[in-house]
Amino acid sequence: MDQNKKELAVAALENGTVIDHIPSSSLFKVVKLLGIENINTSITIGNNLGSKKLGTKGILKLADVYFPEATLNRVALIAPNVKVNIIKDYKVDKKFQVTLPDEIHGLVKCNNPKCITNNEPMQTHFHVEDKENVLLRCHYCERTVSKDEIELI
Amino acid sequence: MKNKSLVSITDFTQSEIEELLDDMRYFEANPNRRLLEGKVVATLFFEPSTRTRLSFETAVNRLGGRVIGFSDANTTSSSKGETLKDTIKMVSNYVDLIIMRHYLEGAARYASEVTEVPIINAGDGANQHPTQTMLDLYSIYKTQGTLRNLTITMVGDLKYGRTVHSLLMALRYYNPTFNFVACNELSMPKEYLDFCEENGIKYHATQEFSEEVINNSDIIYMTRVQRERFSDLMEYERVKNLYTLNNAMLANSRDNVRVLHPLPRVNEISQDVDDNPKAYYFKQAQNGLYARQAVICKVLGIKIDKGEL
Repeated sequence: MDQNKKELAVAALENGTVIDHIPSSSLFKVVKLLGIENINTSITIGNNLGSKKLGTKGILKLADVYFPEATLNRVALIAPNVKVNIIKDYKVDKKFQVTLPDEIHGLVKCNNPKCITNNEPMQTHFHVEDKENVLLRCHYCERTVSKDEIELI
Repeated sequence: MKNKSLVSITDFTQSEIEELLDDMRYFEANPNRRLLEGKVVATLFFEPSTRTRLSFETAVNRLGGRVIGFSDANTTSSSKGETLKDTIKMVSNYVDLIIMRHYLEGAARYASEVTEVPIINAGDGANQHPTQTMLDLYSIYKTQGTLRNLTITMVGDLKYGRTVHSLLMALRYYNPTFNFVACNELSMPKEYLDFCEENGIKYHATQEFSEEVINNSDIIYMTRVQRERFSDLMEYERVKNLYTLNNAMLANSRDNVRVLHPLPRVNEISQDVDDNPKAYYFKQAQNGLYARQAVICKVLGIKIDKGEL
């Protein structure tokens, strides 16, 4: 534990957002989802780090960046157990686990090719039926999309 | 009453469904009521369906309304690439109600969100066809005198058949017992079996369309097994005759049993069943007219004065 603390201290943020406990396989999807490639401040990306819970995990440290909570909660679509730490003046100002909202507008593609949303210039809309296992139901064609089937727009 | 669209049977509450059944009974006795006098209704059929379109247009005509529309999207500007939204917005300028059928799933829900004019879904791909469900419910109610505590056997294509899925969901209030008879390739999807379990509905899934199943049923709901549903045509050849009902199979069935089918039928019900008084599928189709009359009045918020004739 002590050693772990030291490692974290090296890259400690003065201000910003730490996104932790990302499953390694989802790390770069999270990067894409949050548009992290377009951020100009200093960013630390760690992946395949040891984790008791996940085996290996990824972590993102974003200096001087804050997202609206609703934006961060979108991460739950691909990685439901991710933890977010909001850092202000080297201290954890707020800590929370991402949770899916009840409704998702846009962002996710319906994987039914015969769904109206894949054939009209319009936004997708899903109802979240199961937040824990991530199960979405298309508001239009009423088909379900499970976690493994989620394709981001 | 507020105007509202009918996209899915689940848009209606149990009491709304029961009011509609009552209205259907009224329209069966009084099919010609000029309740739509001065109203114009559009029937937009982006996918051809002669049976459904004629039924809706007859309903409007018998209610004294007028109909505009098209029966094939190839003759409209959607073939020029116009979006559904634009077509609906344009037609909304002219009419009091839009009845639409579309090959894309979710089209009716989307249409209901881009216009103030109420929409009746006359089928959106493999998704919903709520007036079919209403006529199925009415057919059961009328032939059994109740919707409660019935044993309903669904046979054939339970995987893709939207009519069986919607009927199953609509019957959840009435303590049914279901027999699901289908081959593995076309068996009832897991989400509907889960739905039954969540709602405490008893069901029995089997591959065998046996005498025992038939003799213990109040309703036998047959569906068409379509060749194009099979990835393996050998399998189609094997199963297509397993789920065919003939007259001899009804020999020891209950007196009150009725055979339903959404039509068109191909060979899943033998011709020799047609003259059996237990065959109800042609009358069932006729009930579609009353279902559509009742639903049209409901979405337009038209009160039916049942006292006056």
